Amino acid sequence: MSIAQAAKAVQVSPEAKRRGRTGYLLLTLPVLWLFVFFVIPLVSLISTSLFDPAGSLETGYAMTGHVQNYFTVLADYREHILRSFAYAGAATIACMVLGYPLAYAIAFKAGRWKNLMLVAVIAPFFTSFLIRTLSWQLLLGDHAWFAEGLRVLHLLGPDGHLLATPFAVVTGLTYNFLPFMVLPLYASLEKVDPRLMEAGADLYASPFTTFRKVTLPLSMPGLVAGTLLTFIPAAGDYINAELLGNPRTQMIGNVIQNLFEGGSYPEAAALSVTLMAVIVVMVLAYIRRAGTEELL
Amino acid sequence: MTRVGKWVADHLVLGLGLLVLLYLLTPIFVVVLMSFNDPASRISYSFDGFTLDNWRNPCAPNGICESVVLSVQIGLLATLFATLLGTLMAFALVRHRFRGRGAANVLTFLPMASPEIVMGSSLLALFVSAGFAGALGFWTILVAHILFCLSFVVVTVKARLAGLDPRLEQAAMDLYANEVQTFRKVTFPLVFPGIMAAALLSFSLSFDDFIITNLNAGQEVTFPMYVWGAAQRGIPPQINVIGTAMFVLALALVLAGELRARSSARTRSR
Repeated sequence: MSIAQAAKAVQVSPEAKRRGRTGYLLLTLPVLWLFVFFVIPLVSLISTSLFDPAGSLETGYAMTGHVQNYFTVLADYREHILRSFAYAGAATIACMVLGYPLAYAIAFKAGRWKNLMLVAVIAPFFTSFLIRTLSWQLLLGDHAWFAEGLRVLHLLGPDGHLLATPFAVVTGLTYNFLPFMVLPLYASLEKVDPRLMEAGADLYASPFTTFRKVTLPLSMPGLVAGTLLTFIPAAGDYINAELLGNPRTQMIGNVIQNLFEGGSYPEAAALSVTLMAVIVVMVLAYIRRAGTEELL
Repeated sequence: MTRVGKWVADHLVLGLGLLVLLYLLTPIFVVVLMSFNDPASRISYSFDGFTLDNWRNPCAPNGICESVVLSVQIGLLATLFATLLGTLMAFALVRHRFRGRGAANVLTFLPMASPEIVMGSSLLALFVSAGFAGALGFWTILVAHILFCLSFVVVTVKARLAGLDPRLEQAAMDLYANEVQTFRKVTFPLVFPGIMAAALLSFSLSFDDFIITNLNAGQEVTFPMYVWGAAQRGIPPQINVIGTAMFVLALALVLAGELRARSSARTRSR
C-alpha cells in the first residue's frame, strides 16, 4: 500500500463506521427545507409557465398546458435575452482580465500584505451593493472627472455620455461580480507550488511560456468556478441595467421583474424557465469543455 | 535588461493588482464622502458641501430606520436557522456514507447555481399557487432568506470539516472519550470557526439581498428595498451614512477577528 493510499484509508475509516441512519436523521430537516422551498417552487414555476395567460391573480389561472407562452416570450423578448448573455459574457471576460492579475499578485507578490489585500477584495461586501452601484452613477456621471478626462483626451465626444450606456451596465456588472472571480482564482493559485514555475524557468521556458504551460492550467479549477460565479448572477441581474443603463439596455431580469409586477405571471414564469434552461445548458457544456466535472 | 526594466517587470503584476483593487474600492470612498454631503437639491449628483447633519440625524428620512430594523431582524433569524440547518447538512454530507449522498450534494449546489430572479420568481409562483398571494411579508421573506443562505452555510462548514484531521477525534476516542464527549470537546470547537464564518456570510447575504426579497416582500420594506425606492426619487444622504456605518462595523469585526487569531497563534507557538 502506498503512503497516499494509507493516508486515505486512515481518513475514510471513521466515516466508514458511521453509515446509514444518523446521516439520514441529520439530513431530514435541511433536505425537507430545500425540497419544499426550492424543488417544489421550480415545479410550480414550470407549471405556472403553462397556464392560460388570459387569467389574472384575482380570477385565477386555468391550467391549459399553454406551451404558446414560450413562443410568445421568445418572440417578444429575443433582444433582451441575447443582450443579457452578451452583457454577462462581456462582464465575465472583463472580470477574468482584471481578476487574474489581482489574484496572481495576492498569491505570489503580496508578501506580508497578503491578508490586507484579501480583506480589500471582500471589503465591498461590507456595504450594501445597491448603494455601491448607485455610487457608480456619480462616478460615471457627465461631470465626473472620469468623463471629463476622456473628453479632454478626445476619447469621448463633447455630447458623449458614459452613464446610461451599455458601457456603464457592463462596468457595473464587472464591478459587482469581480470578487467572485478573484476569490476562487486566488484559492487555486495559492495551491500552485512556486517551485513548479522555477522548474519551468530552469528548463529555458520564457516567463510567458511558463505561465501558459504551468500556472494557467493549474489555476483552471479556480478560473472555471470564478467564471460560473460571475456569469450566472450577471445573466439574471437587472439592478445594474436599471440603475446604470437606459431603456434600451434592459436585460432579461428587468423584463421578468416587470412582467411579475404587471401581473403577467405565465409569461414571466416562461421567461424565467427559459433563462434557467439556457444557463443550465451553457454551464454543463462549459464544464465538460473545461474538463472539471469534479467541480460539481 | 536594465535594473529599472527588471524592477518594472518584477512589480508589474503587483501594480496591475493594486489598480484593480482601486477599482474595487473607489465606490466605497464615494459612499463615505457622500455621507458628509450637504446636497443642493434632492436629485443632486455632486458633492455640494460638507456637513455632519446626516450623521446627527440618520433616521430623518421617513421609513429609513424602520427598514434597517426589519433587515436586521430578518438577517438574524435567517442566519440562526440557515446556520443550524446547514451545519446539520454539512456534518451528514462529510461524515456519513449513505445512499442518495450525491443527490443531496446536487440539491445543495443547485440553489447557488440558479440566478436570483429565477429563485425569487419560483418562490413567488409557489406562494401564489398555495394561496399566500395576500400574505406575502415578513414570513415569506424569512423563508426565502433561509433558503438562499442554506447552501452557502453547507459549503463553508463542509470545507472546514473536510480539512479536519480525523486523527484528533481518534485520539480522543483512544483516551476513552465517548462519542458525545468527543464531539463536545474536540469536533465542535474545531469546526466552530467555520460555523461562525458561515453565520457572518449568511447575515451579510440576507441583509444585502434585493432581487429575491423584492418579489416576495408584499408590503414590507427591507433596507435594500428602501434604497431601491429612494433611487427612483432622489437619494437622501442618510443612505450613505448607513452604508458607511455598516462598512466600518463589518471592517472592525473582521480586523478584530484577525487580530485575535494572530495573538492566539502567538501564545500557542510560545
